[in-house]
Amino acid sequence: MDERIRNDFPILDRTVHGEPLVYLDSAATSMKPRPVIEAEAHFYRESYANVRRGVYALAAEANERYEEARAKVASFIGAQPGEVVFTRGTTEALNLAAWGLGEARVEPGDEILVTEMEHHANLLPWQETARRRGARLAAAAVTPGGTLDLEDLRAKLSRRTRVLALAHVSNVLGTVNPVAAVAAEAHRVGAIVVLDAAQSVPHMPVNVGELEVDLLAFSGHKMLGPTGIGVLWGRADLLAELPPLLTGGEMVREVWLNWATWDDPPARFEGGTPPIAQAVGLGAAVDYLTRIGMEAVRRHGEELTARALDELLARPHVTVYGPRDPGARGALVAFSLAGIHPHDVATLLDQEGIAIRAGHHCAQPLHRRFGIPASCRASFHVYNTLDEVERFVSALDRVWEALR
Amino acid sequence: MTGYEEIILDHWRHPRNKGRLPDATGSAVEANPLCGDVVRIEVKVEGEVLAAARFTGEGCAISLASASILTELVEGKPVAEVEKLTDEDLLAALGGVVKTRLSCALLPLRALRKALAAHPPPR
Repeated sequence: MDERIRNDFPILDRTVHGEPLVYLDSAATSMKPRPVIEAEAHFYRESYANVRRGVYALAAEANERYEEARAKVASFIGAQPGEVVFTRGTTEALNLAAWGLGEARVEPGDEILVTEMEHHANLLPWQETARRRGARLAAAAVTPGGTLDLEDLRAKLSRRTRVLALAHVSNVLGTVNPVAAVAAEAHRVGAIVVLDAAQSVPHMPVNVGELEVDLLAFSGHKMLGPTGIGVLWGRADLLAELPPLLTGGEMVREVWLNWATWDDPPARFEGGTPPIAQAVGLGAAVDYLTRIGMEAVRRHGEELTARALDELLARPHVTVYGPRDPGARGALVAFSLAGIHPHDVATLLDQEGIAIRAGHHCAQPLHRRFGIPASCRASFHVYNTLDEVERFVSALDRVWEALR
Repeated sequence: MTGYEEIILDHWRHPRNKGRLPDATGSAVEANPLCGDVVRIEVKVEGEVLAAARFTGEGCAISLASASILTELVEGKPVAEVEKLTDEDLLAALGGVVKTRLSCALLPLRALRKALAAHPPPR
């Protein structure tokens, strides 16, 4: 990856505890390049007003910027703009999906199928939907190697399965799930497939047509964009079927005191003033990633992950979770040091300016599956370098020496 | 690397007062489900005095060292004095703890307070 890319991220110039920051927590949130920061600031300085229904020129301009951002996001994932709903993030997008499908498609006695590797954001909304609708929630197992147990998933798919909700890339194991194949099986029994793409869209080429899923969610802040903006993509005919999660301004046609009619998607799902500047910022992030090329982003992530895996697997006191093959993973590695709590590892690395995550990464059932309360996780994006991976690994050796 | 204070490493590697108290007068478990830290504190109050304190637990170096240091700190002290022990007192005894880890450091103290409150000493 071009060294100049790193220079686009002003925060990477700072130090932590007197050491240059090595930021290895991009799976939680990514840093922002200057063009994204500037796009948002420029929009506030030059073109800001509320969107939709404004009659004056400035409002029309703001609306244009907002809809341009939607079009950029749509083309980034191979979709139509009308199928792209802006949300606050993946969590809201998945809640919207779970609420809407619950209302439109799930009856008492039906089943919703998730997997053991889901982030809480793709588990709790389905728990709630199952409870609300009197449906049963089932979870496909994860193999000891950290991949989806496809046999178990097949066994748990039935004619009663209304929804299959799964992660594209596990935020802990890194596993890239065989989405198209799994989606085909789910469709065979008539289930809707919902994909949590929070860890894939920021790191690899994603085309909704090729994945053959029905709904797909991701966040702006993990793909170099602002916080407070995310996306629910949905097949147009399916979106048209779903009721809104948030009701209020800007999502209606006709309102009487006792009833109202919903607008068409995507407006139907964007009640209230949306995150306008954040959408513009996300558009800039999409431009930025597109200039680099998502194939190149993916290759860089694989290269860093491969190096981290090589180094970690060479140490007998390190346990790595998930697939050994960097080609079968997202740009992250979860691991633990024998007998040492992940929080101790993260605190000591922080003293060398190295930021990794330690905890359950919002995947408690998955950690329980592997019999651990928590794990460490190093994750990467375009601005990270092989040199940083080496610094991380040698600091990890010092942690091991200090605490073993 | 700055690392942890020597006192934390020492108590983590060589915990004092680790174990159960079969004749405890008070006992409480505190846990942090976010990281899996679990600490049980058991106390034996004799008259006005906290005669014995033991801990068991699982978790990070800071929470376990803190439990060990805390039990040393309070054993043999008048209960009234132990009840006045503040968060700051314990943190000082630990030699200071980074702010991101305060909840780990204070977990044993929360358990101790519960153990004392749950089973008030006989008058």
